[in-house]
Amino acid sequence: MNEKSLRCKECGTEYELDASFVCSDCFGPLEVAYDFTGLDADEVRRRIQAGPQTIRRYADFLPIAAGASDPLCTGMTPLIRADRLAESLGLEEVWIKNDAANPTHSFKDRVVSVALARARELGFQTVACASTGNLANAVAAHASAGGFESFVFVPSNLEEQKLLATGIYDTELVGVRGTYDDVNRLCTELSQSRPWAFVNVNLRPYYSEGSKTLAYETIEQLGWELPDRIVCPVASGSLFTKISRGIREWLELGLVEGEMPAFSGAQASGCSPVATAFEEGHEVCRPQKPDTIAKSLAIGNPADGIYALEIARDTGGSVDSVTDDEIRAGIKLLAETTGVFTETAGGVTIATLAKLAAAGRIDPAERVVAYITGDGLKTLDATRESFEMSVIEPDVKSFEDEVEAVGAAN
Amino acid sequence: MPVTVKIPSQLRVATGGAEEIEVEGSTVGEALDAVFLQHADLRERITQDGDLRRFVNVYVSGEDIRFQDGLETSISDGDEVTILPAVAGG
Repeated sequence: MNEKSLRCKECGTEYELDASFVCSDCFGPLEVAYDFTGLDADEVRRRIQAGPQTIRRYADFLPIAAGASDPLCTGMTPLIRADRLAESLGLEEVWIKNDAANPTHSFKDRVVSVALARARELGFQTVACASTGNLANAVAAHASAGGFESFVFVPSNLEEQKLLATGIYDTELVGVRGTYDDVNRLCTELSQSRPWAFVNVNLRPYYSEGSKTLAYETIEQLGWELPDRIVCPVASGSLFTKISRGIREWLELGLVEGEMPAFSGAQASGCSPVATAFEEGHEVCRPQKPDTIAKSLAIGNPADGIYALEIARDTGGSVDSVTDDEIRAGIKLLAETTGVFTETAGGVTIATLAKLAAAGRIDPAERVVAYITGDGLKTLDATRESFEMSVIEPDVKSFEDEVEAVGAAN
Repeated sequence: MPVTVKIPSQLRVATGGAEEIEVEGSTVGEALDAVFLQHADLRERITQDGDLRRFVNVYVSGEDIRFQDGLETSISDGDEVTILPAVAGG
């Protein structure tokens, strides 16, 4: 509610707060600029603490009206101290921000909640998106809750769970024969001529601001303190970039004190344009054709890749990649040690955390927060054959012979 | 060879509102140069030091030219060259 303009991140040209996302002078991305003059840190902190148990408690830092509706009550997901995971990794303090505990079971509820509130303010009746799955779920659900028409475009080979959990909301679900990058290009073209709010195209400057709430909640849940390190998946790089922006805003306003955490980005080896550029020392990302089980991260042409690279380098972090087998192992490790079942993107995050810890690239004394951005029920195929179930007759002898005896023999 | 260059709405201010421009050229670079001859303002908006700016994506019949030969990508009669902003999605 303190937004004042859209500003080009590259050349600084300012624009009205309307449905646009590209600078017409240099083609750079537009970002919401705020005027926080006169905000008193203590007063803002009190206002936040007295606010609703949703991301609307951070209205001061979002580009929507203070009273904008959030029909599904997004955010305020648990921050869990994961001591058993930490112990298995040889670390002392690891926290899991479990954003699967959102209305449609991923962090995408945050960005959609903000985008649809802004879409309503701008007078749109139809909303749309290009999605790798989680965004599809969120747009379809929030559109239904808010009474919008919606079009959801996804790669046609998406996980069945993500298709089912989108179509049920009575959206117009369109499967595109191609990769996410093809879907994204199609939607960018359609946005030129359709009078719709494409949340991650023409409303992207507002949409992406929703991800800052993951930073705010983490700080608040840590008792107004910062972690030393953040481990976060990187697809387009927007989440990574906006968590950083959220922390920087609060540091500048004095809402929290300390140092910017190290930002460790996580990608799948089968789609690692940002990790590859990081490793090779490049400033831009060369696009890739994705081939990974982590479909929600399968963006071969990442819009915010260059900013993610800058943040990783500036904070002493990195962007790393892990294989599909490591992703499956990451899902299992988190489930076994922490009781949280994550989708493949969370497997990427935990596998990257494990890789950094094993290589001694994390000081054991660091306070680490790992972001789990989606629910394991969305990517069930990734867990097949990861365990065995005994099937027995309903009698004690069968249990003794086929479960206990076998267990003892093992 | 005649090809169609599709101009995104954000750049039509530099093309007098034109959405598509028919030009001749055998590579993407030649086609864009032909467009710049007609609309000089466009060159500065999407290129820098002879290369495409980093937030500009160019496609030939749907395929990103970075998977091909960049500005040297050859084009043939009837191809569509599409210029789009790179900052969408995710």
